Amino acid sequence: MTTDALAPRATASARPLGRRLTAAGTRRRIRGGAITLLTWGVVVVFFFPVLWMVLTAFKPERQAATDPPTFLADWTLDSFGKVFARDMAPYLINSLTASVGSTIIVLLLAIPAAYALSIRPIVKVRDALFFFISTRFMPVAASIIPVYLILQTLGLLDNINALMILYVGVNLPIAIWMMRSFLSEVPVEIVEAAQIDGAKLRTELFRVVIPIVLPGIAAAGLICFIFAWNEYFLASILTSTAARTTPPFLASFVDGRGFFLAVLSAASTIAVLPVVIAGWVAQKQLVRGLAMGAIK
Amino acid sequence: MHVKRSILGVGVTLVAGALVLSGCAGAGAGNTSGGKTTLTLATVNNPQMKDMEELKGEFEKKYPDISVKFIQMEENDLRDAVTKDVATKGGQYDIVTVGAYEVPIWAKNGWLSDLTQATSSKSYDVNDLFPPVRAGLTSGGKLYAVPFYGESSFLMYNKDIFAKAGLTMPERPTWDQVATMARQLKTPTQDGICLRGKPGWGELFAPLTTVVKTFGGNWYDSKWNATVDDAKFSAASQFYVNLVRDAGEADPVSFGFTECLNNFSQGKSAMWVDATSAAGSVEDPKASPVAGKVGYARSPVKETKESGWLWSWNLAIPATSKKKDAAETFVKWATSKDYQKLVGQKLGWSRVPPGARTSTYSIPQYQKAASAFAPITKQIMESVDPKNPGVEPQPYTGIQFVSIPEFQDIGNQVSQDMAEVFAGRSQLAPVLAKGQKLAQAAGDKQK
Repeated sequence: MTTDALAPRATASARPLGRRLTAAGTRRRIRGGAITLLTWGVVVVFFFPVLWMVLTAFKPERQAATDPPTFLADWTLDSFGKVFARDMAPYLINSLTASVGSTIIVLLLAIPAAYALSIRPIVKVRDALFFFISTRFMPVAASIIPVYLILQTLGLLDNINALMILYVGVNLPIAIWMMRSFLSEVPVEIVEAAQIDGAKLRTELFRVVIPIVLPGIAAAGLICFIFAWNEYFLASILTSTAARTTPPFLASFVDGRGFFLAVLSAASTIAVLPVVIAGWVAQKQLVRGLAMGAIK
Repeated sequence: MHVKRSILGVGVTLVAGALVLSGCAGAGAGNTSGGKTTLTLATVNNPQMKDMEELKGEFEKKYPDISVKFIQMEENDLRDAVTKDVATKGGQYDIVTVGAYEVPIWAKNGWLSDLTQATSSKSYDVNDLFPPVRAGLTSGGKLYAVPFYGESSFLMYNKDIFAKAGLTMPERPTWDQVATMARQLKTPTQDGICLRGKPGWGELFAPLTTVVKTFGGNWYDSKWNATVDDAKFSAASQFYVNLVRDAGEADPVSFGFTECLNNFSQGKSAMWVDATSAAGSVEDPKASPVAGKVGYARSPVKETKESGWLWSWNLAIPATSKKKDAAETFVKWATSKDYQKLVGQKLGWSRVPPGARTSTYSIPQYQKAASAFAPITKQIMESVDPKNPGVEPQPYTGIQFVSIPEFQDIGNQVSQDMAEVFAGRSQLAPVLAKGQKLAQAAGDKQK
C-alpha cells in the first residue's frame, strides 16, 4: 500500500526533478557562456589599443591617421627603419639598467622587511606599514625641486645609478606591502616545524619561506620592473643625454610640424617588447603570485 | 641547500648583469677627449631638425675635431629641459634650439651667449636673415640666436572642394569672407575649416591671438594695462568660437597643429589657417593625399593689412657651455647659405629650411620645388611686423605671443578655460574676466 501509494508520486516528482536539473544546467551554461563572453569583451577592450598601436607601426605614415580608421594598409617596415636610424639601443640599455637594477635592490630590501612585518613581527607592525605607504602619499612632482637640487649638488644629474636609486625609493613601499601579504599566507606551522628541526633564521628564510612565496616574489618583481620601465616624469627631468631612458625617447618622436603616428607606434612597439617578454617568461609564476597576494 | 644556492646564483647573476648594463649604459654625454670636442645639441623633433642630424656627418667631415650628439625632444619637454639646465647653470647642453618667444627673455636673464661677433663675418652674411625674424632674436642691439627655420601663418584650402562648390578664394581674404565660405562648405562629413582649439599658449592662442590682433584687440595696451576683457578681444574670441562651432571640427579641444594637419591632409577639411611650414608636410605625396591640390592665401584679416604670425626655431649657445668656440662653428655651419644648398643637394630642394634666409627664395631649384607655397611664404615673412602687428601700439615684440615669462602660464590657463567654452560648459565673458586678472597681475610687473 505504502509502496503503491508512493510509487506514482515518486514517478511524478522524478520528471520535474530531471527537468529542474536540466534547466539548472542550462542556466549554468548560459551564465558561464555570458561570463566568458564578457571576459573576452573586456580583454578585447583592454588589448585593442595595443593591437592598434602594433598595426599602425606597420602602416605608411599617410595611412596611419585616416578618417575613418582602416585595418587594411600597404604594410611596410619603414617606420621601424626610422626608429633604428635614431639609435634606440642606448635608451633601451638605460631603461633596462634602471629597471632591472632597481627591481633587484627593491626585492633584496623588501623580502627581509616583509619578513619582519609578518612571520617574525616586530612591535608596532601597523605603524611601520603605515610609514612605508605614507611615503607614497605625496605626489612625486611635489618633491622634484629638492630632488633635482640635491642631485645637482652631488653631481648626479643625468646619472643612471641615481635614477635607479630613486626608483628603489618609489617602488620599495609597494613591494613591502605586496611581499607582506604573500608572507602572511605562509602557514605558521611550516615555519614552526622548521624551527623545531633546528633551522636558523637564514635557513628558515631561504629554504622554507622563499620557495613557498616564489610566485609572489615574481609578481612583486614584475610590477616593480614595469613601474620603473614606464616611468617618465623623473626620467624626463633628471636625465638629459647619457642616462636618458626609453619613455622620454618615445616622446621625442612627437613631431611638432609633421606626421609621426606610424613612427611613434613603431618606437612604442619596440619599447613594450621587454615588458611583454618579461611577463610571458614569468607568466606561470605570475598567475600564481597574483592569485595568492593582496592584489587578487 | 640546493634551493639556497640557486636563489643566490640567480641573485648574483642578476646583480652582475645590472652592473654590466650599468657599465655600458647610455651613449655618453658630450665631452672632450683625445683632442676631439663632442657637442651636445638639444633640439625639437621637427622635420628640419631631423634633416640637420642626418647631415651632421658632413660637418664632422669638414671639422674632424668636432662631433655633435643630437638629443631630440618633444617641444614641451625641450622647453622644460633647457629652461632648467640654463636656469640652474647645469651646462649639459652646448647648443639648444630655442623658440622666438624665449630668446629675448633668456637673453635678458643672461642665459644665452652673444653671437653678434661670431656672425659678423662677410661669408656668414647676417643681413641675409629675414629682418623681422632677426629683430625678434636681438636684445639690446646684440644677436643672441640665429634662425634655423622660420614660419608665418597663412590659409590653406583644398582646391578640389572649392572647385566643386564653385567658390574662389581671394588672394587676401577677410575673416568675414572665410567664415561665410567655411559655413557654406561644412557638411556632416567635411569641416569647412580647421582651427586649433587644443589648450596651450602655443596651440590655441597662436591662431587666436592673431585673430584678436586683426580685430583690433590685444593682451595689453601700450602701458601694460591688460585688455583681455575689452570689447575687441571679446568680439574676436566670440567670432573664433562661433566659427569653430558652426564650421569647424567636431571636437575642437582635441585639435592642435597635428590633428588639423591630419584632418586637412585627409581631405576632411576645406580650409586650414596655420603655420606656413605645414606646407612641406601637406605637399609631401608620400604622406599627404591632398598633395598638389592645395591653394594658399594670406592669413585672413579684419582691421589690419596683415595677420600672419611670426615664429622661428633658432640655434643658441647657453652661457654655461664650456665649448663655445666649437659650438659657434656648428651654429654658423647649420644656419649658413652653404647648409641650405647642402640640404637641397643631399635631401631634396623642398626640404631646405624655410623662413630663415631671404636668399633661400632666390635659389632656382628651391623656387621650382616649393613653387606652390614659397613665393607667398616669402611675401608674408617680409611683411609681418612683430613690433606693431595690431591696430594699436603694443609694449612688446611678438605677434602670437607676449614676450614676458608669465605669458606661458597665462596663455595656458586662459586656453584651458576656453576649452570649457568650446564644450559649451562655460560662457566666454567670465573666462575673459579671469584672464584679465591674470594678465593684469603680470602686466603690473612690467610697469
